[in-house]
Amino acid sequence: MALFGLPGVHVPHRKNTADSETVLMPPPETVVIPVVMHIGAPAKPTVKAGEVVAVGQPIAEADGFISAPVHATVSGKVQKVEDIVLSNGSSAPAVFIRSDGEMRRWEGLTPPTVETLDDLAKAIRDSGIVGLGGAGFPTSVKFTIKDIERAEYLLINAAECEPYITSDTRTMLDDTGLLVRGIELLKKLLLPKKVIFGIERNKPKAISKLKQAFAGGEGVTVKTLPSMYPQGGEKVLIYNTTGRVVPQGKLPLDVGVVIINVTTLAAIQSYIETGMPLVSKVVTVDGSAVAKPMNVRVPIGTPLADVFEFCGGFKSEPFKVLYGGPMMGTTVPNLDVPILKNTNAILAFDVHDSIAPEETPCLRCGSCVGRCPMRLNPPAIAKAYSQKDFDALGKLKVDLCMECGVCAYVCPANQQMVQRHKLAKAELRTYKQAKEAKN
Amino acid sequence: MEMPQDKKLIVSASPHIRAGVTTRGIMADVIIALSPAAIASIVIFGISSLLVMAVCIGTAVLSEWLFCLACKRKNSIGDLSAVVTGLLLAMNLPATIPLYQAAVGSVFAIVVVKCLFGGLGKNFANPAIAARVFMLIAFTESMTAVAARSTDVLKLATVDTVASATPLALLGGAEGTLPQITDMLLGLRGGALGETCIIALVLGGVYLLLRKVITWHTPVTFIATVFGLSWLIHGSAVNALYAVLSGGVVLGAIFMATDYVTTPLTAWGKAIFGIGCGLLTIVIRTYAGYPEGVSFAILLMNILTPYIDKLTMRRPLGGEKA
Repeated sequence: MALFGLPGVHVPHRKNTADSETVLMPPPETVVIPVVMHIGAPAKPTVKAGEVVAVGQPIAEADGFISAPVHATVSGKVQKVEDIVLSNGSSAPAVFIRSDGEMRRWEGLTPPTVETLDDLAKAIRDSGIVGLGGAGFPTSVKFTIKDIERAEYLLINAAECEPYITSDTRTMLDDTGLLVRGIELLKKLLLPKKVIFGIERNKPKAISKLKQAFAGGEGVTVKTLPSMYPQGGEKVLIYNTTGRVVPQGKLPLDVGVVIINVTTLAAIQSYIETGMPLVSKVVTVDGSAVAKPMNVRVPIGTPLADVFEFCGGFKSEPFKVLYGGPMMGTTVPNLDVPILKNTNAILAFDVHDSIAPEETPCLRCGSCVGRCPMRLNPPAIAKAYSQKDFDALGKLKVDLCMECGVCAYVCPANQQMVQRHKLAKAELRTYKQAKEAKN
Repeated sequence: MEMPQDKKLIVSASPHIRAGVTTRGIMADVIIALSPAAIASIVIFGISSLLVMAVCIGTAVLSEWLFCLACKRKNSIGDLSAVVTGLLLAMNLPATIPLYQAAVGSVFAIVVVKCLFGGLGKNFANPAIAARVFMLIAFTESMTAVAARSTDVLKLATVDTVASATPLALLGGAEGTLPQITDMLLGLRGGALGETCIIALVLGGVYLLLRKVITWHTPVTFIATVFGLSWLIHGSAVNALYAVLSGGVVLGAIFMATDYVTTPLTAWGKAIFGIGCGLLTIVIRTYAGYPEGVSFAILLMNILTPYIDKLTMRRPLGGEKA
């Protein structure tokens, strides 16, 4: 089939910060910590204005199975708990903490005892860890496994296929010890037949460091993969490392795979060793408007403006600022928005890189069809969507679209496929719900 | 630098970077790829060939501009697709064609086949091919005349029609001797402007492949099918080679059957399209009243494109059969 084209696309790497060692950023004046930084139910705030909090202290509790608690990321005083607008347009409560600059550790923190898989799931839940690759899915859910036999593969997603972002690379270089001990623990508890690190070829230093670290480790493979975006897409990585296809509407575990991001793994092990929940993130700060691109460890909730200022400010006026990489990242409306749990990069672009080219008519060149990793048909989806033909959209499986952006990236007509697919998915969902309600 | 107060940032859907491929760039590549054949046609048929090209391109661009103006549509001539259509049509005409007929053909291609269906991307048939077929019916005499080689590139009056049979007619059993294969490759034979110089066409095809504007699927399957079937019919590989090199097979396979808008989306679809074109070309050449069938074959396959697309659509990864 190779003659007939492999899915995916070569995107520019722009890993400018791969060699920049992580710099610790001092606490900002104020942090803004939203209670929803994950997929699922928002956490419930447990603190009130005026309360004094310390680093690691719970400030909002998980509300439901698919949810995650939130912790104070600096020590200081709670100013207020107030709704803010999130980057997806919805609003949710956020806890504003004025830092006392001391970064005092909360006295209630103790490393958890993890002896069984249930202990692990509980520890992860208490740690507030969510999928740090960007998805933000509460990680504890992945380890709530009734039938342990099913976990044949433990897959560590270290592909980091988005341009610019190097925070996972830094994890692999700086926290190799955490990864080795984390894998040891997970092997003991999950008993997978195989452990695979999936990593793109463009990170030679991280690859050799991992290979060295796991040289003696039995059943651990560091699998070097082509730098072919979106290599780190969950279903893509599972297919490219195990040959298994996750069916529509099913989870990786249904095909025997437990898959977590490499930084998530390091965060879990760090919590188990220190008892300190997820309160800070390594973030790649880059983009054509940024004066000094670098990797910084930032308290979660730090406003973007403070992070950019710490990185020398802007060398030219920023017109577009992103959470995440340029392929899947979301734009922010202003720089008051905070660093979230799943923020792995913030990018600021100058005017030249910010203006989207004009949309022109589809030529039917088929580039998108040939390169879609999910083998979807964007021109047919566009037609069905323009006619609001939801039965056709269902048949075209638009809901399988992971919004990786490959189609729009290669499109000579600059069609806004991702935007269209997002809308089509949302409207299809509404349509299906209405149809079910009728029956 | 400081961030201005109350600065509004641009909010848009991902992705935020693009590969930088544009419609205009693709069309420019096609024009570049056609230029060896265009230059060859001037060398072979003389300055009148240049005139035909100029009239076709000029009329095509002008009629698209006027149509956009009349319909209050956004002016689209900047995408260069009208230039490509005009040039491709010229490539399919004999150098002896009266210039007003060339102009009428161009207007038909742009206005009737392309713009009336909604413009670029919406037309179901290749405009240049449909216009050629229209002209074949409307101006049969001047379209079927075979222009002879020019003896003096700069002289206008040197293009005459030749009385001798074309290679295709000879293959079909007419009296006469076939030209040398080297002459066929160089284009030293009668025929439409752009179809004779095989070397120039292949050069353009290789350029398009290298630039990833086209894929190999359609040209290779098209030409292979014509070659294979001709071998079966004529019983010799040499005659099959003549069948491939004569008429418009190479021009059609590389430049007309690879038009994005009117051909299938997937690799398998393109392969089926190429095989279908080859098959229909041979059927028309062998059984129909016209000596050449490439244009009709491509036009008929254009009509089948939506069905080929439907048949060859892959099942989404992990998607159940709907």
